[in-house]
Amino acid sequence: MSKVIKRSELSNLINDGDTLLVGGFGLSGTPFTLIDELATLGKKDLTVVSNNLGEKDKGLGILLHTGCLKKAVGSYFTSNRDAVNEWSKGNLEIELVPQGTLAERIRCGGAGIAGFYTKTAAGTKLAEGKEEKEFDGETYILERAIKGDVSLIKALKADTKGNLVYDYTGRNFNHVMATAGKTVIAEVDEIVEVGELSPYEIVTPHVYVDYLVMNNYVKIGGRYVVAGE
Amino acid sequence: MSLESRIKIAKRVAQELSDGDTVNLGVGIPTLIPDYLGDKKVELQSENGILGMGPTPDEENVNMDLISASKHPVTLDVGASIFDSSDSFVMIRGGHIDVAVLGVLQIDQYGEIANWAIPGKDILGVGGAMDLVAGAKRIIVASMHQAKDGKPKLVEKLTFPTSGNGRADMLITEHAVFKFTENGAELVEQLSDLSLEELQEITGAPFTYQDSVVNR
Repeated sequence: MSKVIKRSELSNLINDGDTLLVGGFGLSGTPFTLIDELATLGKKDLTVVSNNLGEKDKGLGILLHTGCLKKAVGSYFTSNRDAVNEWSKGNLEIELVPQGTLAERIRCGGAGIAGFYTKTAAGTKLAEGKEEKEFDGETYILERAIKGDVSLIKALKADTKGNLVYDYTGRNFNHVMATAGKTVIAEVDEIVEVGELSPYEIVTPHVYVDYLVMNNYVKIGGRYVVAGE
Repeated sequence: MSLESRIKIAKRVAQELSDGDTVNLGVGIPTLIPDYLGDKKVELQSENGILGMGPTPDEENVNMDLISASKHPVTLDVGASIFDSSDSFVMIRGGHIDVAVLGVLQIDQYGEIANWAIPGKDILGVGGAMDLVAGAKRIIVASMHQAKDGKPKLVEKLTFPTSGNGRADMLITEHAVFKFTENGAELVEQLSDLSLEELQEITGAPFTYQDSVVNR
């Protein structure tokens, strides 16, 4: 059974109020096509978990103009002035999480682990309200797992079963987010027949991936540009 | 003047790194360091998932899916590897990084670091700063001696929000090298022609020193 769907089917897979896990670091490894589609759907009260909200008018940044976001969870929002502005106007809640803690919270979400104790951020403002515990003479804080209703993933290639390979650092949060969403949709540049990917190169096994969508962008000069419909 | 000072700091930090060290470089002055390593081979780790990060590519070889944590295009050294964000922080948090070179907003006399938030300003970015402070085996702080407003970076007690319980081992500025122990800061080298008194005047914390390291 093929997992390949049209981008227009995204509308039926995302509901108002959902938590979305969206891959990417800066704009690298960002599912641009799925985000473009999401921006047209008129969804409401979405929570987006992503390292950052893209850049101004790029990647997740375009969602800030659509009124679909209630909250953003990530590690670095200051690189997009629009995110800062929406937050200061009270239009967007922000939960700031250290980058490694963000990755591990999502990993736990996908791994069936409720939470973990980490030294990161112990004693800081970001530890306020969190349980502290001493282990071997050092202070750790309890961090809870993050799970998503839908994960929007960007990979370089997939086979029709949904096995994924990534383009260099485009991997970033994508793999771990593919493990932690109830519904996982991967946008890819190329879909090949089963057997064409080497078992050695597959990073995300197909068991995590529900749907595949073809990227509407092409890479020219190392940067993604719109290919046209 | 400022670039000259920044390069001076980068060169002095480079001396602290050893062949084979796995090193994570923060933003700002630390990014200048690779140019001054000479024959030393260090493994640069980038928190978005590279061990063995190489220099900036020519324009025709740019791939915006091969970038540094500062989001600039990079290349891979021979023997490099790529991994995902959670693995990257296993490396960082788990104590597998030999040296983290970080910038700071403030650092106290015991090496406690403030490098992510300014009081009274929006707190909307932290990135990997706290993970590095918590997990790197050794932390070298590379910073101008004073902030842009002239206030000392090295202070008795932080007035900016702390980055965690980890402590820096060393602070390198354009004027001096300090080491940190549980007894406080020790001046171990002067890097400019300031007198001891002049150095003390622009430093916001007491420090000890051996007579042999002081400018005469």
